[in-house]
Amino acid sequence: MKPHLKLLPFFLGFLAFAAVAGGRAQEASPDLKNWPAILEKGRGQTVYWYAWGGSQALNDYIAWAGEEMRSRYGVSVVEVKLTDTAEAVTRVLAEKSAGRNEGGAVDLVWINGPNFASMKENHLLFGPFAEDLPNFRYVDAATNPSLRSDFTIPTEGFEAPWSLAQIVFYGDGAALSPHPGSALSLLDWAKAHPGRFVYPNPSNFLGATFLKQVLIELTPDAARLQQPADDLDFDKVTAPLFAYLDALRPHLWRQGRAYPLNSAALRTLMADGEIDLALSFNPAEASSAIARGELPMSVRSFVFDKGTIGNASFLAIPYNAAHKEGALLLCDFLLSPEAQAKKQNPAGYGGLTVLSMRKLSAVDRARFEALPRGVATLSTEELGPVLPEPHPSWMTRIVTAWQRRYEGQ
Amino acid sequence: MIFRFGPPLLIAVLLLPVLAGLTATLLPAFGYWPALGGTHFTLDPWRALLALPSLRRSIGVSLFVGFVTTVFSLGAVTVLLAAFMGTRLFALVKRLLSPLLSVPYVALAFGLAFVIAPSGLIFRLLSPWATGLERPPDLLIINDPYGLSLACGLVLKEIPFLFLMMLAALPQVDAVRAFTSARTLGYRRVAAFAKVVMPRLYPQLRLPVLAVLAYGLSVVDAALVLGPNTPPTLAVAVLRLAEDPDLALHFEASAAAVLQLAVVLWAIGLWLVLERLAGFAWRQWVIGGGRFFCEAAISVMAPLLALAIAALVALAFASLLLWSVAANWRFPEIWPQAFTFDIWRRELAVALPIVLRTLLLGTGVAGAALMITILCLENETRRGIAPGLAFNLIYIPLLVPQIAFLTGAASLMIALKLDGNGFGVGLVHLVFVLPYVFMSLSAAWRDYDPRYRATALLLGASPWRALWAVRLPMLTRAILIAGALGFAISVSQYLATLLVGGGRVATVTTEAVGLAAGADRRVVGVFALIQATLPFLGFAVSLILPALLFRHRRALRET
Repeated sequence: MKPHLKLLPFFLGFLAFAAVAGGRAQEASPDLKNWPAILEKGRGQTVYWYAWGGSQALNDYIAWAGEEMRSRYGVSVVEVKLTDTAEAVTRVLAEKSAGRNEGGAVDLVWINGPNFASMKENHLLFGPFAEDLPNFRYVDAATNPSLRSDFTIPTEGFEAPWSLAQIVFYGDGAALSPHPGSALSLLDWAKAHPGRFVYPNPSNFLGATFLKQVLIELTPDAARLQQPADDLDFDKVTAPLFAYLDALRPHLWRQGRAYPLNSAALRTLMADGEIDLALSFNPAEASSAIARGELPMSVRSFVFDKGTIGNASFLAIPYNAAHKEGALLLCDFLLSPEAQAKKQNPAGYGGLTVLSMRKLSAVDRARFEALPRGVATLSTEELGPVLPEPHPSWMTRIVTAWQRRYEGQ
Repeated sequence: MIFRFGPPLLIAVLLLPVLAGLTATLLPAFGYWPALGGTHFTLDPWRALLALPSLRRSIGVSLFVGFVTTVFSLGAVTVLLAAFMGTRLFALVKRLLSPLLSVPYVALAFGLAFVIAPSGLIFRLLSPWATGLERPPDLLIINDPYGLSLACGLVLKEIPFLFLMMLAALPQVDAVRAFTSARTLGYRRVAAFAKVVMPRLYPQLRLPVLAVLAYGLSVVDAALVLGPNTPPTLAVAVLRLAEDPDLALHFEASAAAVLQLAVVLWAIGLWLVLERLAGFAWRQWVIGGGRFFCEAAISVMAPLLALAIAALVALAFASLLLWSVAANWRFPEIWPQAFTFDIWRRELAVALPIVLRTLLLGTGVAGAALMITILCLENETRRGIAPGLAFNLIYIPLLVPQIAFLTGAASLMIALKLDGNGFGVGLVHLVFVLPYVFMSLSAAWRDYDPRYRATALLLGASPWRALWAVRLPMLTRAILIAGALGFAISVSQYLATLLVGGGRVATVTTEAVGLAAGADRRVVGVFALIQATLPFLGFAVSLILPALLFRHRRALRET
């Protein structure tokens, strides 16, 4: 047995070496002023893009972007499908805890709201980079402030705008004639049609956004929501919201004793005929589900008369990303008119573009004008006014208050 | 004597990740996590956690699910065994239940959800002719607040596990002879089993039963599909906290993970106390001398129970299959209006590399587990020692809640640069695979007639040759079955793959649960079926290969 024991210190030494070695190669941060150098360094890299994987249409879109990136820049793209974007945040945090300041697993994240606020606050992001991307010239951040402020948090170039979203409701049968035009008329509708509406669990962003939509409509002073939440007036500001939810709850699907976990689970309830009225953050959701055969042809979308919440979602690069150049190239490609037009196609994912039509060339503008509109998709005019997101602290606090009220009993 | 390294290696592989992971969870629970600015110890995370309004209900529903699952599966297995032991139907029951062991929890959970949901197969079969329903009823069946549908899904999986564990234990307690003697003394079948066999059998079964209890208390993947969500079970609540974008909540998440561990330990303690009380009552009942115990009822109930399990599982897989090829299937149609293979065509292209990776990972892990197991068992044989109590340590990874140590273990793997690749994920899979492989193979190994080895040695073979040329070939079937079981366990790992793989090492299981967020039933159907098929492949190999290898050795084919 002796010869085997001799190998033991060698083996342990190897482990220690393996533990120390990898992280030593100091990587310089990419120089954003020198785009050709980024093109060169990015070639051959594999970009791990962490994105919410719950939308098949979006997964298909990412696969398309990956093929384009390979043929144009020699960059491979691997989509890491998340059930919740916070998994990516946790991942980067775990790496920081373990001292992995280079060569991190996450190269690019699709992100917004509290996830961004958290990463920015904890210095987990690379940047500022967004406004140095060549294709950022098509973005008109001056006229659309939501492209530079994410749930009221200034992005400061630490994330690049990628897609616009707005709350739309979609319904069938009794939900459409006529459709509810406000939160209060939605309550009346639910009373008349018990068990035929539900919003997602607020631990999911769509459910939380429904709460914010009601809050904006009912709170006495909506401008207060643009400032951070505060113990002093939290109860006063949110009292109408919770009075509303108390009144709504017994008329929800399953009497409000269970909530679907996300937009897709909600859509499945609609497909199964369990509910008549649902909501989505993607204006093309109903149309693309109809196109896939999931929802019946008779489903239509609508918004509230005084507008619904809209926001932008972004792309961010973690501070320790292993392939920053490739990630930058991918970001820039995703901002190109071609990629943005493809994303807005309702036959696919249908996310609205962040580019300004005024800044595009005639050829590029034509790409957008040529897009088909699904049977259940509203036009930009029909989508109506966009209500701004409240400060993220409101979202966190109303979700906690919701859980205390309805999960703690 | 390389074999001497077997037991220490086994213990190290099993316990190091658990202990290191627990430490890495314990420190943040008391406020220490430098990367998040926690540099001194404090009880704040606990205060924040205990102030959580849903905490009591989460703990309550976890305990309820854990105990209901354990009591029901143990009861069901006892009834099945009492009714069928020594009958011709026994082989049939065994054949019906065994494949279930390899079915991943998640696939079964999805299938079950498709069957029992208000829009599921059962209501479709009854509507509208019997129920008058044109639309799914507004009933809270899936995700019910008491976790009954979760418990139902778990019971379906735990029955085969406990059943096979009982089968393995029967010869060790000389059950057949005891049973026969009792029968000749006039005890009817159920009374004989309950009074004579069960008291001997239960001590052998204690650890598997506790593993069932601990699993029911801390399961995550199946709970995400079937469990309550307003509020969720404790384990899911821990995962939600750990994945919250507000990083300050991660201290609370660690505290919750420690609490989860405490709940499991408390529940195990409670079970042991209840077991004593039950044992005392049992003894009084045994010495009472009654020859009958619900004989008629159980003889009717047991076949029904076996049928119900088989039917539910068959329906679950039928609905997975139907959904995967349904183009359009609205309530209350029993049959999809149109069929399409588009989903399969599209998903198979996506799934192929993932399936290959899962196969490779599972085979590698199962192979490593077999090597370590054989090292340990051959060490026992050569040194002529009895199986030590120390081997009960292999149950530790099955008793400690995964969520309590995997987050910590994942940080550790990152520090060792073993994260995000198949090797690191494989190492963590090994923690869960090794116990099952060891349990499965050690039974066959210890049953092996020692005279074969003695004869080989007498004929001048070296101990190596006695192992290599005699024992291993004779145990081929048992080794392959243990390997197939290990492979199945590796395939079904969710949390370990997710946390250590950092999302980069996608397997069919992480993909299936990830798709649950997408909830397109057709895609879920495809992935759940792929996930359930892979373990079957393993078992098919373990059945076919010996038949081919030993086509001229009848006794080896039929062990």
